[in-house]
Amino acid sequence: MKPSAFAYARPRALEEAFALLDKHGENAKLLAGGQSLLASLNMRLAAPEILVDIGAIPGLDGIAVRGQTLVIGARTTHRAIERSEAVAKHAPLLAQAAPHIAHVAIRNAGTLGGSLAMADPAAEWPACCVALQATIVVTSKKGERRVAATDFFKDLYTTALGAGELITAVEIPCVEKGERHAFLELVRRRGDYAIVGLAARARLKGKTLSGVQLVYLGVGVTPVQAKGAMAALEGKTADDAAIRAAQDAIARDLEPNADIYTSAEAKRHLARVLVARAVAALVG
Amino acid sequence: MEDRVEATITVNGTRLTRRIEPRMHLIDFLREELGLTGSHVSCEHGVCGACTVRVDGEIRRGCLTLAVQADGRTVDTVEGLSDSGELAVLQQAFHERNALQCGYCTPGMLLTAQALIKEHPEATREEIREFMSGNLCRCTGYQAIIDAIETVLRTPRTEGVR
Amino acid sequence: MNDRIDPHRLDALAPQASEVEAPPKPGTTKTAKPAKTQVGYVGQSVPRANAKRLLQGRGAYTDDLKFPRLAHVVFFRSPHAHARLKKLDLSRAARQPGVIAAFDGRAIADYCTPWVAVLGHLKGIKSPPQYAVAIDRACWQGEAVAAIVAETRAQAEDALGHVVAEWEELPVVTDMEDALANRTVIHPELGDNICFARSFETEGFDAAMKKADLVVEETYGFGRHTGVTMESRVILADYNAAEHSLTVYHATQAPHMMQDIFSRHLNIPEANVRVICKDVGGSFGIKVHVYPDEMATAALSVMLRRPVKFVADRLESFLTDIHAREHKATVRLACMKDGTIVGFDLDDLTAIGPYSVYPRTSGIEGNQVVNLTGGPYAHKAYRAKMNVVFTNKNVTCQYRAVGHPIAVALTEAIVDLAAQKLGMDPAEFRRKNLIADDAYPYSFPSGLKFEKLSHHQCLDKLLALMDYTGLRAEQAALRKQGIHRGIGLAAMIEVTNPSPAFYGVGGARISAQDGATVRLEPTGMVTCLVSVTEQGQGTEGVFTQVCADAVGVSIDKVRVITGDTGVTPYGGGTWASRGAGIGGEAVLQAGKALRANILDIAAAVLQVDRATLDVRANSVVDKASGEERLPLAEVGRIGYFRPDTLPMKFQAELTVTRHYTPREYGFTFTNGIQASYVEVDTDTGFVKLLRHWCVEDCGTVINPLLVDEQIRGGIVQGIGAAMLEECLYSAEGQLLNGSLADYLVPMTGDTPDIEIAHVSTPTRQSELGAKGVGEAGTAGAPGAVMNAINDALAPFDARVRVQPFTPERILKALGKI
Repeated sequence: MKPSAFAYARPRALEEAFALLDKHGENAKLLAGGQSLLASLNMRLAAPEILVDIGAIPGLDGIAVRGQTLVIGARTTHRAIERSEAVAKHAPLLAQAAPHIAHVAIRNAGTLGGSLAMADPAAEWPACCVALQATIVVTSKKGERRVAATDFFKDLYTTALGAGELITAVEIPCVEKGERHAFLELVRRRGDYAIVGLAARARLKGKTLSGVQLVYLGVGVTPVQAKGAMAALEGKTADDAAIRAAQDAIARDLEPNADIYTSAEAKRHLARVLVARAVAALVG
Repeated sequence: MEDRVEATITVNGTRLTRRIEPRMHLIDFLREELGLTGSHVSCEHGVCGACTVRVDGEIRRGCLTLAVQADGRTVDTVEGLSDSGELAVLQQAFHERNALQCGYCTPGMLLTAQALIKEHPEATREEIREFMSGNLCRCTGYQAIIDAIETVLRTPRTEGVR
Repeated sequence: MNDRIDPHRLDALAPQASEVEAPPKPGTTKTAKPAKTQVGYVGQSVPRANAKRLLQGRGAYTDDLKFPRLAHVVFFRSPHAHARLKKLDLSRAARQPGVIAAFDGRAIADYCTPWVAVLGHLKGIKSPPQYAVAIDRACWQGEAVAAIVAETRAQAEDALGHVVAEWEELPVVTDMEDALANRTVIHPELGDNICFARSFETEGFDAAMKKADLVVEETYGFGRHTGVTMESRVILADYNAAEHSLTVYHATQAPHMMQDIFSRHLNIPEANVRVICKDVGGSFGIKVHVYPDEMATAALSVMLRRPVKFVADRLESFLTDIHAREHKATVRLACMKDGTIVGFDLDDLTAIGPYSVYPRTSGIEGNQVVNLTGGPYAHKAYRAKMNVVFTNKNVTCQYRAVGHPIAVALTEAIVDLAAQKLGMDPAEFRRKNLIADDAYPYSFPSGLKFEKLSHHQCLDKLLALMDYTGLRAEQAALRKQGIHRGIGLAAMIEVTNPSPAFYGVGGARISAQDGATVRLEPTGMVTCLVSVTEQGQGTEGVFTQVCADAVGVSIDKVRVITGDTGVTPYGGGTWASRGAGIGGEAVLQAGKALRANILDIAAAVLQVDRATLDVRANSVVDKASGEERLPLAEVGRIGYFRPDTLPMKFQAELTVTRHYTPREYGFTFTNGIQASYVEVDTDTGFVKLLRHWCVEDCGTVINPLLVDEQIRGGIVQGIGAAMLEECLYSAEGQLLNGSLADYLVPMTGDTPDIEIAHVSTPTRQSELGAKGVGEAGTAGAPGAVMNAINDALAPFDARVRVQPFTPERILKALGKI
């Protein structure tokens, strides 16, 4: 199980990377942490002509707080996010989600930007970014543009990234007073992709919820905002009736696809269980 | 055919420069080019952990790292960490507890366990299981491995554990 | 010197009345002085010497070997489950960079003859001839139809993309019941899809069952598994054209069996074939079979006159390593109101893929289910029917615990159901029906004979170990809080140490005996060569212990060598939990014989009566006083370098060989019982395994440290069966989860702590008394877990019957979806 042959470039600056992407077009693939890409190359599921390793380009990693925004460089590893005090303080959702990503050796290499660009619908970061209403900073030789996470994930493994573009950073609004986060996953083995997962966020005043975000992973071709359930909880007291209303709305919100082990019906059922547990966690 | 790429890597303390096929992953490079066969190939898609090595001090999947990505970096394998004595206490605990049978997963287990010992010395038994959950062992039933690591964590620090 | 020693008192083997260095206790450091003790090594938790190289990454697995001119082979495999090859063009592939040769099945068949996997004593079993590389037709997705040899594995894989194949798809049979209905016959020349069928009925069965007060019946399903050895299948064949000899470095459990097979199918004299096992990275039955791609690799070495290596990558492993299980069985239990079991009635169906696997056949697992169902219980009526059918999936064959996990789960699930219907506690129901400990020797209705088992001792010990009463109280209390925990028991019997009745009588050239050669070296060290192989389970470690005790030396003086047909005595190898029981006995007898020969020399040198001497702690000593008379190094020096100083007619014999074959019983049976404690999340269908217990009677426990962890490893594989593992196929015969990301095996995060205890009833067939233990854990765990889950689900009147117990299946049982 060896990859087919490819060329390799390790640009030292973004401009060099853009030039390589320009030159090779669709035959080039960006290599960040490589934790998904290299597995698929080993299995010969993909056969790019050239890998453009962005590992030596300065300025792509690191975690910083700028005003009310947490800025995470695209090449920041899962492990760095997991260990970051700034993340734990300003975006606890990410800190909660990070340990669910695979295993330590993979978290040491895999990156935030890589995960977002890969856009696996069962991955943790895409759902978290949507729930946090993060902004994805996308750069090309034409300059920078910012894409709301809610607009970024287009289809299965498909994002708003255009030819010649790469993710350079993610901007996340810092958690506000009274804001609560909860990240839940149902996995059969620790570190696996979830059957169903939920990134949840709300402001809590007394027991009243507002600014509710419920974003599921593993139930569609992209992270899925459960808008009906969000509306059912918005401005409501987090009681059994509100939870039941949210659960009822889930049936309309989600059109999950079956996977090899779990039917669509079971996924929908599990999504309903998770929303109740998420609300409990948010108010707990 | 692709062009080979020159890379300079410090492997187990020895700096070496090689021209490497870009498609060669680190585990094959260590095994085939350098004869360091202690780290093993098993799944080649990042699930089993048999190929775990250390890159710049942190554990990595050798099958999900290209050798050329290690250019300018430090790579440590079970052979080097055995010779340096860093793994000695852990190895002794594994031996005494019979925390290995066929030994194929063992180098990866040791490197992961050593990362745990360095990063999380207060880990509970449950946390040990969690930290080790990315390394497959098909022989032991895991308990002896967890016991061995727990023994090392609970034993007052001696030389060899850093 | 063939005096039998009471196997219950193995310390009799050890040097007596003098002190020997005991093995270092776990936990002691090198600064601690080894304790002195009068006990031998057998029975002690001695860390095994061969683990040290593995701990430093300094073992040598077959894939670690490098040879000059080594070529790498990959196989072009059928993408279809059943298809005719209309056209196969290898010419472009053969021209790719680094490619040495490309061959189809016909070319390879000139060098390697096909085989048919049947056994004489499995009446009516049939299978078509199988070639090393399939010719014209592929019968499962992954079957090889061409071989490409190149300078590197990557280059060979590159060339695969240039093979041109045109296929005509043929009707596919994937469902067992479809196969049994014979609407589509996979091998028309065989007439139907039935590889093997067996039925069995005790006399007066119907009448006995009619008298019963209660009959319970259920149908259970078992997923297809595979072994997932960490080291995949690997073979390096090195043909020497000048000698017409073949040396094969092979990750196998049975080197002599493979030597015979390479010899016969490649037409090379047996003496010219040498099979060498380097370190083997786990086997579990996966590496005891003849694989077509491995036979092709050996043939390619002959064809190309150079060393050729094949390493199955993980995707190939899932497609081509034998699978196992895949049974659907209906079982009925009849009992009286007081709980007395009257009889069992079994109808088992299993599918094995398109070929019976050579040379052990794929009829054995079903046969074992028939043999073992109902096994622990004292009923008299038994009827069984079993069909083994062909399908267009990967082949199945013997994987760890062959048939046992099916038989145990069927038996124990229906036993629990009967107890539930009668309102009896499952432990009490078992106590009522388990064969009494004083009833042996005992003949089981299926015809098996048990020498001596200890079901009741094991049950009592288990219930105490787990605090059964306390757990029941905890379960009841938690149930009131909406926490649903379950307790499951599974009693078991396990086939070990098979006699020639297993394979030999059926015509298979598979040795049921094993041998050991023990040699005193000039320095007083002992080399011990054994035909049983090391797969990591610790056979070399236990042979070291047995040998040290038998000869009278300390353990550091013993070096065990296994896994080389050019060096060791002839034997069967590692399978059917036979290594310690059969190989260990051969080592014991060889060691004792060497001890006697050493005493002969010493008596000659010292001019004393041999009966006054003994060997203890690396020296010949005076038996009465323990005083040292002659160090073994001195015996070696005289024996090898100064035999001229010995009496004229005296010949020193410092190398001896002994063999052992179990003859008295068809199998040595072990028994045991397991318990599982689980918590079911009834909202999600997720199950958390909280604890697991096993009490096992494997006879003499040679090394508790090794035995316990081997049982645990077996249990975890059984947990995999119960909870996670299943090879899923589409209706078209495509494997849907053939990667380690999709086929789920237990990892440490999801595995419970497992407590082990022993009852020891050594077999009287051998002096060592070891019965074998390699498969017990896997045999019992799935049944225990199934019963625990169903116990947790009892308040919901829900039951699960199809393994693995996925959240989906549990939610369905609960009516949540």
